[in-house]
Formats: sequence, structure tokens, C-alpha cells
Amino acid sequence: MNGVHDMGGMHGMGPIAPEPAEPVFHERWEARVFALNRAVGVLGKWNIDAGRHSRERIPPADYLRMSYYEKWLAGLIMLLKESGLVTDAELESGQPAPGTAKTAQPLTPEQVARLITARGGYERPVNEPPRFAIGQAVRAKKINPTGHTRLPRYARGCVGTIDRVHGAHVFPDSNAHFHSESPQHLYSVRFPARELWGKAAPRDAVYIDLWEDYLEPA
Amino acid sequence: MDHDHQELPSDPALRVMALESLLVEKGLVDPAALDALIDAYEHKVGPRNGARVVARAWVDPEYKKRLLADATAAIAELGYEGGQGAHMVVVENTTDCHNIVVCTLCSCYPWPVLGLPPVWYKSAPYRSRAVIDPRGVLCEFGLDLAESVEVSVWDSTSEMRYLVLPERPPGTEHMGEEELAALVTRDAMIGTAKVRPAGDPT
Repeated sequence: MNGVHDMGGMHGMGPIAPEPAEPVFHERWEARVFALNRAVGVLGKWNIDAGRHSRERIPPADYLRMSYYEKWLAGLIMLLKESGLVTDAELESGQPAPGTAKTAQPLTPEQVARLITARGGYERPVNEPPRFAIGQAVRAKKINPTGHTRLPRYARGCVGTIDRVHGAHVFPDSNAHFHSESPQHLYSVRFPARELWGKAAPRDAVYIDLWEDYLEPA
Repeated sequence: MDHDHQELPSDPALRVMALESLLVEKGLVDPAALDALIDAYEHKVGPRNGARVVARAWVDPEYKKRLLADATAAIAELGYEGGQGAHMVVVENTTDCHNIVVCTLCSCYPWPVLGLPPVWYKSAPYRSRAVIDPRGVLCEFGLDLAESVEVSVWDSTSEMRYLVLPERPPGTEHMGEEELAALVTRDAMIGTAKVRPAGDPT
């Protein structure tokens, strides 16, 4: 979706403000939101792409106003409701609906260490060989899907060259909507900065990871 | 319209407390597991891990070769693996090429080697500008690169995660791996800084 989250190349966002000796979390609630997302995520009701897409669906004005973990909280509430894990009435009352059974197997403290180091991974076997080869010129398609996509607007229509072939990975555009993992080949594509922006230092480049469906021969 | 945001207290601290209590009541989360997760990312998983990877690559040419060829496996050799780091790529800074990592679409970041990202990395100013004006961004971080240096920006749009292998600073030839690791900063592994020799305040 052409949301405000797709920020590459936007102007007017102000200076970058690094904070010396920044803590991992600034407030205890931020830490709790982070941990809640991980812990509920383990229940398998959604996937990483659906998680990203929930935050993208925060209304643009709210997205820009909210702090990072406020967005995580808003996205989590969205997913809890959409997955049926929590109802509006429960959010309103703060109490489980009468008669709901405790059926989930929550993440235990003992499982946390393994969760953190678990490889997981998004590479999947596919039968088809990669359509594009290293060094080949490709164009990022001009697409404007209303659902989730990882093809940033600033690259659409631009020509680059295949720099690396990463293997076949889960396709976010499909997975975010629970359609299927639909794995396909993933490439690192090198776009000269001048191709993306017009004026730029001649040798500068942006490398973007793009799935095969985003690309066509150039 | 969706009004549930008003139904919980507006202060995020109170809203999160209410949500956690509901999820615990429903048996969906165990608060002790939340404590363990927070403890891990506050105290165990962080940029010291990445610094050890960098220092090893500086002192061991064979390790560096493996790191550039298959970063995921080479990083796992040091015991660092897991979520947001299942598919790693390491890009090397040289006198001719400077790499910088961003996630324009959200906040993708290599957790097992760098921990959770700082606020600026997840913020609109960095996400919007790193791809269109990387040299301006680097200047803001105090790094003024010559036009002859190729600036490569890596936009983390997939589950591939990027770690910059900074240049080993001059005057560190006598240093051992641990001493070197202490010099390596988080920002140098994102690409918004260079590693300074010991005792160099700039």
C-alpha cells in the first residue's frame, strides 16, 4: 500500500537526533509492549509480514505522531482483534469474556532463550531456477498494490542490476494477507543513485532486496 | 469508525498495563516470560556481539573470508543467531567504498549482532533521508566523505539483515581481539560512523 510508512526519499522529516548512551527501552511500558508482541507472536496467529502490515494500516497522521512502541501497541491490538484472540468487549472491560476457556499454551520463561536464538528463517525450497542472473539489468515494476508490499515507491520504474541472488524467500505480499507463503527468488538489486534521484554522486548506489515478481528484464 | 483506542486509558503505560493484564487473564501470556524477554534484550543481545564479529574478522583473515561469503554461518560460529538475523549479509567498508544500512519501510535491523535498534534508526528523518541523501546524513553524524568514495546504501526490504564491517583503524596493529572489539561502536556497524583509534575523542 502507498502508505506513509514508505518513507524513502521523503523530505521535511527534520534532523536525525542520535541520543548518547541511549537505553534499550526508555520506559517500562515500551519493554512490555515489545515483549508482548514477541510472546503473543509465538502463538502463531499471524506472521512477521502481517505484523508489519498492521502497523502500516495505522492512519497516516497517527503513524507520524506516534512513537515507535505506540505503533507496536496499536498494531498488536489490531492483530489481537482480527485474529479473534481478543474481542472489543474484552478490550473495553479489561476482563476475559465470561466462559472463555484458557486454551492457549503461552510462552514460558524457559522457552525464551531458545526463542531468541531460534533460526526460523524465510528461505524455502522451490523448483524453478532464478529468472535473473547476477549482472543482469532489471526494472522494478510500476505497481501500486493496495495490500502489503516490500517494493518501495522510490524504486518503482527504475532500472538496476542484479547484485546478489539470495535464494527463494517467503513472499510478503501474499504472506501478510495469510494467502500463502508463495516463496520466490529474492535478489539484491543495485540501483545507481542517479537512476533513483536524478542528481547524485556518480558512483553512489542503493541496494534493495526485491522479489522476482517485482522485477522485469530491462 | 473504530473507537477502541478511546476505550483503554490514553496514557500508553496504563493501556499496556491493562492489555497485559487481560492477556495474562486469558492465559495468552506468562508475565515471567515477558520479564525474560526484556532481560535478554536489555542485557544479553546487543552491539557487543557484533563488535566481537568485527574484531574476529580483523585479526583472522580466514574468518573474514567466511564472513563475507556466508555471514549467517560465520556469525553463528561465535554463537550469535536467531530472530531478525536468520539471513545475514556483511558488507565491507574500504577506502573506496562506504556502506550504510537503513530500513525505509519499517525498522529491520540485525538483532542477534546489534540488539534492538536505537530510536533514530527507526525514526522518519533517518528512514526518509538515508536513501536520497546518504552523504548529508553521514555529515550529520560527523562523517564527511570525499566524492571519490562510493557510498552504498542497503535498504533492508526483505528478511536479509545487513551488518557493516568497518575499516580497522590505523595504529591498532598491536591490539588483540578483545581490545579491538572494545573500539567497535554500534554506529560503525550500521555505517553512520567509522571506528576511531583508541584514545581518539572525535
